[in-house]
Amino acid sequence: MSLDPATVRRIASLARIRVEEREVAQLQNELNTILGWIEQLNEVNVDGIAPLTGGAQMALKMREDVVTDGGYPEQVLANAPDRAGPFFAVPKVVE
Amino acid sequence: MTMFDLTLAAARDELRARRLSARELTQSYLDAIAALNPRLNAYITVTPERALAQADAADAALARGQAGPLTGIPLAIKDLFCTAGVRTTAGSRILEQFVPPYESTVSANLLRDGAVFLGKANLDEFAMGSSNMTSAYGAVENPWKRRQDTSAVLVPGGSSGGSASAVAARLALGATATDTGGSIRQPASFCGIPGIKPTYGRCSRWGIVAFASSLDQAGPLARTVEDCAILLGSMAGHDPKDSTSADRPVPDFAAACKRGVKGLRIGVPREYTMDGMPEEISVLWQQGLAWMRDAGAEIVDVSLPHTKYGLATYYIVAPAEASSNLARYDGVRFGLRENGEDLRDLYERTRAAGFGPEVRRRILIGTYVLSAGYYDAYYVRAQKVRALILRDFTEVFSKVDALLTPTAPSAAFAQGENMDDPIKMYLNDIFTVPASMAGVPGMSVPAGLDANGLPLGLQVLGKPFDEETVFAVSAAIERAAGFSALPSIRAGA
Repeated sequence: MSLDPATVRRIASLARIRVEEREVAQLQNELNTILGWIEQLNEVNVDGIAPLTGGAQMALKMREDVVTDGGYPEQVLANAPDRAGPFFAVPKVVE
Repeated sequence: MTMFDLTLAAARDELRARRLSARELTQSYLDAIAALNPRLNAYITVTPERALAQADAADAALARGQAGPLTGIPLAIKDLFCTAGVRTTAGSRILEQFVPPYESTVSANLLRDGAVFLGKANLDEFAMGSSNMTSAYGAVENPWKRRQDTSAVLVPGGSSGGSASAVAARLALGATATDTGGSIRQPASFCGIPGIKPTYGRCSRWGIVAFASSLDQAGPLARTVEDCAILLGSMAGHDPKDSTSADRPVPDFAAACKRGVKGLRIGVPREYTMDGMPEEISVLWQQGLAWMRDAGAEIVDVSLPHTKYGLATYYIVAPAEASSNLARYDGVRFGLRENGEDLRDLYERTRAAGFGPEVRRRILIGTYVLSAGYYDAYYVRAQKVRALILRDFTEVFSKVDALLTPTAPSAAFAQGENMDDPIKMYLNDIFTVPASMAGVPGMSVPAGLDANGLPLGLQVLGKPFDEETVFAVSAAIERAAGFSALPSIRAGA
C-alpha cells in the first residue's frame, strides 16, 4: 500500500496537524518508506492468534465509583493559554 | 579519589556516617553541572535552589538519625516526569511553558525516600528517538570520545540521553529514565553505565508524560548495578492511580545483586544478531557467556523466532498509541497555543508549531494505521504479532532463567549519522524492542570497549517480575567485566 498526496493530506487533517503544501511530497516519501518496511509483517502467519492489547498480563482493577480528587480550579487553570474567569477560553465557535 | 568517585551506595554510607554533608555533595554536583552542562546539554532545567533546600532538609534528617534509603542523594529527573512547580517539557516546544501542579508517583517516591533533585534531564521529544537529536532543547553530547577522532561529537543514545550523559559525566549520582522500546538500555550502552527497564507494571506511569501507554515503563540509570537496584527499590511499587501498576511487593533488589549465577540457566537467543553488526560486539557477547559459564551458570542455546518482526510491530503499536495520547495537545487547556481563524485552525496551527518532525511523523503513521479501512491490516495484525513475540518469551522462559544478548547493534555514533533515513535510526532498538513488546524486564550492563575506546553493553532479559534474577546476572557480568573505563569529559577529572 502506498500513500498518495491526497491521503497524506487526509491523515494530517485527521491528526489535526497543519501541513503546508510544500511539505506533502517529503512526508509522503517518508511515510511510504516506513509503511513499506512495515509490510514485512505480512509474512507472519497470525491465523488463530488473539491480538495482544496490553503490556501487563493481568486483569485491570476496579475501584469504588467515588470522587477521590478535585476541587481546585486554580491549579487546573494554571497552565491555560487563555481563560475567562473559571473557564478555559477558545476562539468563538458559535456565531 | 574525589567526591565524584563515590557510587550512590558509597555516598549514602558517607552521608549516614556524617563524613559528608548532603549540602556539600549537592553543591559539588551543582558546580559540576554549571561547568559542564553548557557543553553537554544533559539538563534542560537545573534547579539549584530547590536542590540545596532539599539537601538541607536531608542534612537535618541525617542529624536526627532519620535517614531514608536515598536521603541526600542528588539525582537527575528525566524531563518526562511531572515535577510539581518545576517546568516539565517532555523535550517538546508544545510544553515549553508547562509547570505541573502535581508530582509523578515515581518522583514522589524518590522524594519520600529523601532524594535531592538537581534538575530535569534532556530527552528526545516525547521520548521518540534513539539519539536525543529530536529534543526541541538541543542535542546532548555523549561524554565519551572516539580514541582516533576526538573531535567527533557523539550522541548519548535516546530517548533518555540527558539522563545517561548526566550519570556518565558525573553530573548526577543517578537518574530516572523511561523505556518504551529501548530508551533506558540503549543510552546506557552508549554511555557506559548500567540501566534497567523493569517489568511493565513495576513502576507507576502516573504523572509521566505518556508516549505509548502499553509499553512505557520507568527505570533508573546509575553508576553500578547495585545503585540501579537501590533506585528501583524506591521508584517501584503499586499505585492505585495507575490501573496497570502491579499490586505486588517490591523485593530487595540490592540483595539480589549478591546472589551470583551458580546453577542458573542462561539462554542465548540465536536471532540476536544483525547484518553489519561489528565483530567486536559478537566477541563481547561470547565473552559474556564465558564469564557466566565460569561463574557457574549453564548456557543454553534458544530461539525467539519472531525477533526480527519486533521493530516493525513496534512502529505500528507505538505510533498508534502515541497518536491517541498526543491528541490532548490541542492548545486549549495547557501548553502552546497558536491562534487561528477558528477552533480547528487553532488546533492545526498549534500542533504544527509545537511538534517536531519525528513526533509529527509518528502521529501521522499512528493516525493512518488506526484509520478506517487500515485498522485490521496494520494495527490488529501488529497486535497479533505482538502476541507471538510474547509467546516466544513465555516458551523460552520455561527453559531458562534469563537471556543474555548485546544491547545495541553498534557503539555510540556521531551527531548527524543515521539521520538521513528514519529506519536506520529505528534499527538501533532492534535488540531492545522485543522485551518491550513482551513487557519483560531488561538491563544493560557495560561490559567492554570497542576499538575506538567506546563502551559496549550487554543486555540481560528476565521473566516478568523477576528483576531479582536480572540483577543477579547483571551484577555477575559487572564483576567479571571489571569495567572501570571512564569518559574523558566528566566532573572531578
